[in-house]
Amino acid sequence: MAGLMPAPAPGGDLPEHPDRLWRTPEPKAAYDVVIVGGGGHGLATAYYLAKNHGITNVAVLERGWLAGGNMARNTTIIRSNYLWDESAGIYEHALKLWEGLEEELDYPILFSQRGVLNLAHSLQDVRDSVRRVHANRLNGVDAEWLDPGQVREVCPIVNISPDVRYPVHGATYQPRAGIAKHDYVAWGYARAADALGVDLIQHCEVTGLRISGGRVTGVHTTRGAIGAGRVALSAAGHTSVVAAMAGIDLPLQSHPLQALVSELLEPVHPTVVMSNAVHVYVSQAHKGELVMGAGIDTWNGYGQRGAFHIIERQMSAALELFPVFARAHVLRTWGGIVDVTPDASPIVGLSGVDGLYLNCGWGTGGFKATPGVGWCYAHTIAHGEPHPLNAPFSLERFVTGALVDEHGAAAVAH
Amino acid sequence: MMLIPCPWCGPRDESEFHYGGQAGVAYPDDPGALTDAEWARYLFFRDNPKGPFRERWSHTAGCRRWFSLVRDTVTNEIVA
Repeated sequence: MAGLMPAPAPGGDLPEHPDRLWRTPEPKAAYDVVIVGGGGHGLATAYYLAKNHGITNVAVLERGWLAGGNMARNTTIIRSNYLWDESAGIYEHALKLWEGLEEELDYPILFSQRGVLNLAHSLQDVRDSVRRVHANRLNGVDAEWLDPGQVREVCPIVNISPDVRYPVHGATYQPRAGIAKHDYVAWGYARAADALGVDLIQHCEVTGLRISGGRVTGVHTTRGAIGAGRVALSAAGHTSVVAAMAGIDLPLQSHPLQALVSELLEPVHPTVVMSNAVHVYVSQAHKGELVMGAGIDTWNGYGQRGAFHIIERQMSAALELFPVFARAHVLRTWGGIVDVTPDASPIVGLSGVDGLYLNCGWGTGGFKATPGVGWCYAHTIAHGEPHPLNAPFSLERFVTGALVDEHGAAAVAH
Repeated sequence: MMLIPCPWCGPRDESEFHYGGQAGVAYPDDPGALTDAEWARYLFFRDNPKGPFRERWSHTAGCRRWFSLVRDTVTNEIVA
């Protein structure tokens, strides 16, 4: 058949790539601020440094691709119903920022305030939960205590029958809680930070911290040395590894945390349901997947994968709470590395080395804090001292004993 | 699921074991003499290496004895 044009190769007729949301700059020799870690927290911090404090000579260094670590692996739950005043302060600040974030970033993030139920399965759970509801209300956080019938009204597919192994005795309910599309949040912050002049540098792993006379002066990376007036760590599960380059020990243990999604289903699950005792947390993503999170694997691990029996336990918990899920198939499971502190609260503040700042220890719950911690961490970096909302989350609290024990409200088994 | 070599029972499924964290953390000889910073270090600070880690395990669903091993925290390979 001579004379005919050969058919285009499969995929060869794709349209042009759409416009990029941010530049891909080469690293400069030096910056006023270098942020280590291009996840949600690092990107939000860069944005608020530029927006709130006018500091735009900033680089975000990411060893992989932007928001490809825990920002791509979390279960996207947003809430502020923590027990203690310190936690309510920073998480509620974050939730208020979430409520205006689409307008702030001029970018859709699919923030959906569909509420969260935290189930109580024992008399002690009930007492702790009611106490938390009262504490939340005193801090201006919306919270209600629901009996099993009211739980069923909010989420009709929850099994409230009394003859199961862990019956539902009630739940706390935060109507303003919800979910957002994690990738869009990262892209929104990245795009906005880039537009304000921040350099987002991917595939650039920090291999050393330069410290001179007790002050940080820059970083060594796989793309060469980069000078820095200040360096802000935001490396989640790898924080211990980076901090060790400066000789800093931190009270962190890195663990795998696993989650999974089902195939796409019709809308069946109208809210977010979490259970400490039987251990699963479930929502339904906008596309239709059921998104479920597990507890951490107990051992220290950096491998971004956990054990299958953790998933099995999580599935059995989900099936008891939601018998309707029995025919749903698991589509994909994965793991991230979470850095857990002894009191299940984060460390955000000074490091002991001048110009070097810490944001770590968010453990299993960092996504919900993204705007709030970005705001407060940017303030900390800009002023060289903590914002009032992150001051309680100092490294020193492990020496003074002023812990912020949130093992109950963290809602993920540690 | 890891296969963990219990020194007394042989290789068993990970789900039979309880994890005990870093090995070799000794109780202070004279706790009352410690400063707050030293006490905090004993209480809250543990190594968190990316790579070989000497750690404690207890075979809770078997012989219930404690033992130590060295595991690579990236590959989960038990190296000693």
